[in-house]
Amino acid sequence: MYDIKALYEAKSVAHASELLLQHPEAKIIAGGSDVLIQMREGKLAGATLVSIYGLDELRGITMEEDGTIRIGSLTSFSHITKNPIIQQHVNVLGEAVDMVGGPQIRNIGTIGGNTCNGVTSADSGSTLVAYDAIVELTGAEGKRLVPIREFYIKAGKVDLRPGEIETAILIKKESYEGYKGHYIKYAMRNAMDIATCGCSANVKLSEDKKTILDARLAYGVAGPVPMRAPSAEAAAKGKPVSEETVNAFAKAALADINPRTSWRATKEFRLHLAEELARRALKEAIRQSGGDM
Amino acid sequence: MGETVGKSVKRVDAFDKVTGRARYTDDICDKNALVARILHSTVANGTVKHIDVSEAEKIEGVVKIVTCFDVPQHKFPTAGHPWSTDVHHQDVADRLLLTSRVRFYGDDVAAVVAENEVAAAQAVRAIKVEYEEYPIVLDAVEAMKDGAPQLHKEYPNNILNHTSIYKGDYREAIKEEGLIKVEGWYDTPTVQHCHIENHICFAEMEAGRIVVTSSTQIPHIVRRVVGQALGIPWGKVRVIKPYIGGGFGNKQDALYEPLCAYLCTQVGGRRVKLDVSREETFVSNRVRHAIRTHIISWVRPDGTFAARKMECFSNQGAYASHGHGVAAKGMGAFPQLYPCDHVECDAYSVFTNKPVAGAMRGYGIPQAMFAGEAHIEDVAKALNMDSLAFRRKNMMPVGYVDGFSKNENYFDSLNQCIDKGMAYIDYERKLEEYAKDTGPVRRGVGMAIFWYNTAVWPISLESSSCRMVLNQDGSIQLQMGETEIGQGADTAFAQMAAETLGIRVEDVHVVSSQDTDVTPFGLGAYASRQTYVGGFAIKQTALIMKERILKYAYEMARMAPYEMDIVDGKIIRRNDGRVLLTLAELAEEAFYSLTHSEHITAESTYQIKTNAYSFGCSFAEVEVDIPLCKVKLLNIVNVHDCGRLINPALAEAQVHGGMSMAIGYGLSEQLLFDEKTGKPLNNNLLDYKLSTMMDHPDLGVGFVENYEPTSAYGTKALGEPPACPGAPAIRNAILNATGVGIDRAPITPHVLFEAFKEAGLI
Repeated sequence: MYDIKALYEAKSVAHASELLLQHPEAKIIAGGSDVLIQMREGKLAGATLVSIYGLDELRGITMEEDGTIRIGSLTSFSHITKNPIIQQHVNVLGEAVDMVGGPQIRNIGTIGGNTCNGVTSADSGSTLVAYDAIVELTGAEGKRLVPIREFYIKAGKVDLRPGEIETAILIKKESYEGYKGHYIKYAMRNAMDIATCGCSANVKLSEDKKTILDARLAYGVAGPVPMRAPSAEAAAKGKPVSEETVNAFAKAALADINPRTSWRATKEFRLHLAEELARRALKEAIRQSGGDM
Repeated sequence: MGETVGKSVKRVDAFDKVTGRARYTDDICDKNALVARILHSTVANGTVKHIDVSEAEKIEGVVKIVTCFDVPQHKFPTAGHPWSTDVHHQDVADRLLLTSRVRFYGDDVAAVVAENEVAAAQAVRAIKVEYEEYPIVLDAVEAMKDGAPQLHKEYPNNILNHTSIYKGDYREAIKEEGLIKVEGWYDTPTVQHCHIENHICFAEMEAGRIVVTSSTQIPHIVRRVVGQALGIPWGKVRVIKPYIGGGFGNKQDALYEPLCAYLCTQVGGRRVKLDVSREETFVSNRVRHAIRTHIISWVRPDGTFAARKMECFSNQGAYASHGHGVAAKGMGAFPQLYPCDHVECDAYSVFTNKPVAGAMRGYGIPQAMFAGEAHIEDVAKALNMDSLAFRRKNMMPVGYVDGFSKNENYFDSLNQCIDKGMAYIDYERKLEEYAKDTGPVRRGVGMAIFWYNTAVWPISLESSSCRMVLNQDGSIQLQMGETEIGQGADTAFAQMAAETLGIRVEDVHVVSSQDTDVTPFGLGAYASRQTYVGGFAIKQTALIMKERILKYAYEMARMAPYEMDIVDGKIIRRNDGRVLLTLAELAEEAFYSLTHSEHITAESTYQIKTNAYSFGCSFAEVEVDIPLCKVKLLNIVNVHDCGRLINPALAEAQVHGGMSMAIGYGLSEQLLFDEKTGKPLNNNLLDYKLSTMMDHPDLGVGFVENYEPTSAYGTKALGEPPACPGAPAIRNAILNATGVGIDRAPITPHVLFEAFKEAGLI
């Protein structure tokens, strides 16, 4: 039995905006895998909820005319993993969200919830950041597009204005075409866990597979929100595919991140992991791109 | 004789459990029961100065609020031990239903009874408590020091108990020339049982008595404790135990049954349900003792022991619960598993401001084996000797007799188990091959043996009672005071009864639920006792039952009872095997005869005055990714000699469960506390890293079946032993893979990161 003050079910995106403006104190609930837990813990006890779970128009993955991949915000993790568009173009995202919790959570949890809760350990977060994803927000005044790096404001806080809901995540063609990526979730066990450190790297190699044309690296749990590692990227861009490049890339990442010590892990251990994971993730991305590693 | 024992017959409760038809405590409780919730202390040591319930009382649906200032002041013990009529051997009575003197973060301060869960939760949040806080101590060794915060004034330096085993002359023996000294400190963590069904109970009054239905392993013991806690005659309490979703020792304590019973009396006897959350289960039920063990071995270069010393410091937490029994059992294994002429052992159980430690699968032996078998590996390394050869040379020999329990090592079980485990894992080849690994990812194999015994004689009472009742169709009901807690006891009982009675196992209907008003007295599920102990009562009762049946058969078949037997549900003539009549025909006649009507039943109690060793080993194979500080368990096998297997498939399942617990114990599980406040940090199933299916390789299980001569059916302990050897086997495999010996469990990536840095591996 949950301590819910009131539950309003949105019939459309516009209706959701209306309800949220009418009840500014309300929390948005989609799959419920975060909200219901917080409610049970007492943190959200007595909350008013606006449910958008019934909005089927926010489910599914499509390719737009310009090649942009559009992921509806209510698409579940398991649907993302099994989607052919994702598998063909951003397979790493499907792999990353397949590491969330367990099968039941992956069936109920949505990518919209995973991004809007503003948590640094979200398994979708670092890969979306690495792919320069764009968050589509819809409110009473229409749509707003925000690069995901700007969408994350601080731990637990995202750029979601009153009356707005996240309606989609977009990945542009130039962000994925020619890139292959790899995500490593480092956790204390192989299922039902949150990341101690999440690392997502992707590369675009030259035609002869000898040169790194572009490399992108993003982390979860290396700071308060998912973050990119620009120094690491600069250290690899335009460089030959080699052990030296990979090592320089991994080392440089340490300049970009700021993990903290908590009872879950020390800063020192997280830094050690960040370097090792960057090395392994980039190597695997190079291998997938046909590079010799 | 029979055809049933030794067969993997289907569990008697299998279909009900997999279809969801089996009814557990919450299924039985009707939905209009009042709901109770407990307010737990948010300081780890202190006194409640004032409680303000005014806001909480205003919440709609709140029926009653009871605080620590309202409850009766009868101190009671909670341990699920048989009561002792010797006052010096009784469990420590140090609990109150609710307490104003709080001793751990999570102690019980007040309780709310409400119409529903939401109102109860809101009321608990609305109660304001004012504490006077005292300094805290969380570590057992620190708690023993002069000047440490004192938890119970009756126990100076927080020492609940200190016992010793001294043999020979240790101090003199270590003077022998040429000895090598090997010394180590080994730490095991606070862990929790994590049974799938949290503790839950409900209570109501009926005809002036209190009826408590509870998820417990020990209904008859709970009856006594509820009586003691409420200060009412024990006969005024009736306890019912339905199916339960696991216990592993946590439910071998009276947990919240006394409080729930009391709350029910405070609301006019209405039904009150107390359903404990997972977060509370971690902190406010029981945990396994964290034990720090110090071992010194003095060894000769030929690989024999000259003298040995061990001290262990057991973190009891805030209250006595099972008391010193756990540390004492662990210590007891030390001089037996590797006998040595000169030994000094000391065990201390020490109060701290941590959750209360009680019974948990293995009762001190998982801790003792982690320390002991890690140390044995270290000794062999120091001698540059193969650790298996070292064990074989020193471990308990055949014919060894323990003076206290009178247990005798009848068979070469340890060597037989080791041989089987080695073959399964291809130990020798892999040990040699993996020694060549030098890269960042290295493999290793390791092993550990273990010591265990069966039931609690001669420390405590061992007694079991059984009732058999004949039905009109020749089937029987079987009632035992011993409890099914998911382990398959009912099936083993049915098999043993069918075997001795000569009927089909399908014709034994086990009354799974215990009800202290109608079930014969029994002590419950603990100490790996039930199959061994219950077996005596079942055999004795079945023989009485059979005698009565054959006596009645004489009237129908005109054959002397001693010339007849029951085979496969039929009365036969022994001389030529001719079937004289079926048991069904006999039963029908016995019920409805106009000349001699008799309901044939039998009931008896058997008091057990034996115990039995139960030995075995575990072999593990790991792959260690050194830069990632991660261990992947590739392979693990347990081999047990638990005597004759009553049901091989259930025995294997029992071992799987124990191995899973051992994997978590070795690699990931640990309840963490804030050092400053004593607040639990990870009392939920996300942050407490119970190992999952994805962390397990296929679990290998082997058995050596030496018929246990003291047992009614040739069997002995298998409930707890599977949880004992896995963690040290994994630890030793990591040592063999990397050269780094980790002296604390769990061996998490955090621990390996520090250890590998120190060893210069990263």
